[in-house]
Amino acid sequence: MRNFSYVNATSIEQVPSLLGRSWDDAVVMAGGTDLVGEMKDYAAVPKRVVNLKSIEGLDYIRQDDAGLRIGALTTLTDVLENSAVSQELPVLHQAVSVIASPQIRNMATLAGNILQRPRCWYYRSEDFPCLKKGGARCYAVGGVNTYHAIFGSGPSYIVHPSDAAPALMALGATVHVHGPRGGDEVLMDDFFTMPEMNIRRENILRPNEIVTEISIPKPEANSKGMYLKVRERESIDFALVSLAAQMTVVNGTCERASLVLGGVAPIPWRAVEAEDYLRGRRITEARAESAAEAAVEDAAPMPHNGYKVEIAKNLVKQAVRALAS
Amino acid sequence: MADRKQKAAPEEPKAAQGNGGTRFTRRGFLKGAGAGAVTAAVAPAMLVSGARTASAQEAEGVMAGTVTLDVNGQTHNVEVEARTTLADALRDRLEITGPKVVCDRGECGACTVVMDGKLVFSCMTLAMDAQGRKIETVEGLADGDNLHPLQEAFIEKDALMCGFCTPGFLMSSKELLDANNNPTPEEVREGLSGNICRCGTYPHVFEAVMSAAEKMRKGG
Repeated sequence: MRNFSYVNATSIEQVPSLLGRSWDDAVVMAGGTDLVGEMKDYAAVPKRVVNLKSIEGLDYIRQDDAGLRIGALTTLTDVLENSAVSQELPVLHQAVSVIASPQIRNMATLAGNILQRPRCWYYRSEDFPCLKKGGARCYAVGGVNTYHAIFGSGPSYIVHPSDAAPALMALGATVHVHGPRGGDEVLMDDFFTMPEMNIRRENILRPNEIVTEISIPKPEANSKGMYLKVRERESIDFALVSLAAQMTVVNGTCERASLVLGGVAPIPWRAVEAEDYLRGRRITEARAESAAEAAVEDAAPMPHNGYKVEIAKNLVKQAVRALAS
Repeated sequence: MADRKQKAAPEEPKAAQGNGGTRFTRRGFLKGAGAGAVTAAVAPAMLVSGARTASAQEAEGVMAGTVTLDVNGQTHNVEVEARTTLADALRDRLEITGPKVVCDRGECGACTVVMDGKLVFSCMTLAMDAQGRKIETVEGLADGDNLHPLQEAFIEKDALMCGFCTPGFLMSSKELLDANNNPTPEEVREGLSGNICRCGTYPHVFEAVMSAAEKMRKGG
């Protein structure tokens, strides 16, 4: 890890001026569980690291009529142990429960989780100057792409590693951003960006902007949610494929389905085709099957990751069945 | 797929790569330049702790400084660089070598310590962030020559083979039992799920924790 200059921020307002115009100048750190690893691997070599943990009052979970507001510095453990989350937002509760390990959940924050950088082994290796690091190619193409994307058409084939992001997206959450011109709000659905729009990053944040809060609207009265995650190890592992599902089913008919896949694309991947198919339909075994097929209609697996298509289908089928019953 | 593309983020200005010239090379900080030796004085303005007002100096940040670490009830002043992890500060400066650095990426659990009552990976915690926090390592578990019930149970149930992961497992077990002295086997597995044993002694570890819990409930 290259040494850096470490600054303790004391207020949200102060942060944009402590950051720079380029990601090479300065980065923010909260739990550090992703950034410290990136710095050890020289995937990030910032001149300055701005500590956000020194800002008071960014660690909260508040409930009102509109829903839940979660401060950016709230740890994953605090989200996991919150009764409003476990009772009303099972999809988020279940997603957070399968993130990494107790140690990581004690350190890592909810905002940091959705801002994680790719876990691609080429990106994390100093030996591969890949597209994400300003290089000329994506080494997953023609390389070993077992854990890479099955959706999207490049030019980078990373997958988004977050478990919380698909759950928050399925719930229609909003990200609150603070920058030099003040605060802004962006729907999770508009927050993440595909590589063809911005090859170096995975979301709309500029180098001098930070996330301050994530707000989650109260789910519809008849809706139910769940998070399914398939991984190679039962702990401390990222998803091969995951699915966040929130569905409103009345008398066996799906009024609305929100299905977001994780681990399959450079951003949390909304299965729009499956959602459209399910809307207004009575859920049957055959239709759960058809929804699963629709979810992977656009999949274009690489030579080593075709298995992800089958997992994605099975997760959609499982969730649709479970949430309709 | 145009609807997937969403808002374009602005192009990042092309800044010079790397951070030429800022690498900290002071001999006193180089590993091997005298184990644990605290050498040159650090200017008071570089102290990490202290005033919270945003002076120009603070906005620039610090590349090195002195942190006060409270480890197992003893306080130590340690000079560290900004990049020094808590694991390295404990092991290389204070010779508190219970926490092991194995994966050095927050994945294996060998460096686990308890900080302010919570389990953390010391390899992923900056030493500067541990300033003033209460840190517990395996060295603080026994009371003099009297082993902690968990340590006794690990011996009794043969819960270690090579033993390299054991300090981490003990700290995770301790935090688990401090929070809940009557865990189910499933809760024990979940509580220890951040620790890896490459010898595969998990069943014995789980058995030891259950046995220690029972003993501790009886006041042993």
